[in-house]
Amino acid sequence: MTREEALFKYTLRLGDNALILSQRLSEWCSYGPILEEDLAMTNFALDLIGRAQAFLGYAAQLEGIGNTEDTLAFRRSERQYYNNQIAELPNGDFGHTMVRQLFISSFEQLLFSQLRNSKDETIAAVAAKTLKEVKYHASHAGDWVIRLGDGTDESSRRVQQAVNAIWPYTAEQFEMDEVDSLLVAEGIAVDLQSLYADWKNHIAAVFAEAKIAMPGECYMQTGSRQGIHTEHLGHLLSEMQYLQRAYPDAKW
Amino acid sequence: MVTTALTKEQVLGWLSEIADPEIPVVSIQEMGMLRDVNITGDACEVLLTPTYTGCPAMGIIEADIKALLHEKGVANATVKMIYQPAWTTDWMTDEAKEKMRRYGISPPVHSGCGDIFKAEQHVSCPKCGSEDTAVVSRFGSTACKALYKCNTCHEPFEYFKCH
Ligand SMILES: [Zn+2]
Repeated sequence: MTREEALFKYTLRLGDNALILSQRLSEWCSYGPILEEDLAMTNFALDLIGRAQAFLGYAAQLEGIGNTEDTLAFRRSERQYYNNQIAELPNGDFGHTMVRQLFISSFEQLLFSQLRNSKDETIAAVAAKTLKEVKYHASHAGDWVIRLGDGTDESSRRVQQAVNAIWPYTAEQFEMDEVDSLLVAEGIAVDLQSLYADWKNHIAAVFAEAKIAMPGECYMQTGSRQGIHTEHLGHLLSEMQYLQRAYPDAKW
Repeated sequence: MVTTALTKEQVLGWLSEIADPEIPVVSIQEMGMLRDVNITGDACEVLLTPTYTGCPAMGIIEADIKALLHEKGVANATVKMIYQPAWTTDWMTDEAKEKMRRYGISPPVHSGCGDIFKAEQHVSCPKCGSEDTAVVSRFGSTACKALYKCNTCHEPFEYFKCH
């Protein structure tokens, strides 16, 4: 693998993670439990779509075969997507969405703090920008996990269930492959494994305050680095890509 | 048609008329979104930076810039989005902040925003100036604003978040 190929794949993965989570969060539009939360989740979706646009646009430029951020988003099938599986998991109830958001945003806060210093100028610039937004996402999700976890019997039970259900999807965020190793050596990417301890400490602190039990050792889902996904991604894409698939090159 | 050579100052002067579509009392220049203009021959490249990565106003601003330059006879105009350095509310002029306040939006007051969550505890009401205000929601009608209410005059208002 050349440095250019690795950089393309790395940027594509950053873009895919943002795009797929954005699509999931936007499903909450007009379904939020209260108006303020409806606005919050769609605000996050908007931040993420902006991030996806920046990374996928850069990926298309690196690839150099005439793709754009739009063709990358709307013309690839699920096996060509490289987002972590956690991003594509269905929303479930509001607490479930907040738990998923906590796991992802806490990881992203650590990731983008370091990517700000990437030797790739574009990645560093987008990371610096996105970090400001991710801080809000992480703080918001943490507040809700605490409020619901340390809330009523019902809300606590539901949050614990969500934690147990999503936990097996958390480790994939820290998986390293050939792309990561090559770019870490170049000073472009981040050693994801090195972020795990800080991430877990942060989650443990939130869980302690939320009176939520940390899941024990268990099987961890994997596969997205090879384009292998849960059954949910295909359904998500069929909805997201419908218009461009049915009417290719349709424009506003 | 433009008969004399374009100058950067001329183009910047024209573009200073373009308003932020979401806060029409301030211009994109006062907001700090308009970063630079490069003139090469008859080509004019405008460098723009987004406030938030997903700000939906950017598409409208880009179209406004192109339409205005076209009207001024600049045939070859492009708009380039730049991300470095990242936009910050510190680039907003004091004048812009005052216009925003009179418009009913409490402007970001704390420079640097070291701690975004501390900064948002001292937001003053744009209507009566009271410091006795409370957050209703950190997320408002647009990504850049939060919802507040004033405990003195009881008016709800928006706060432009420190960024
Ligand atoms: Zn007031």
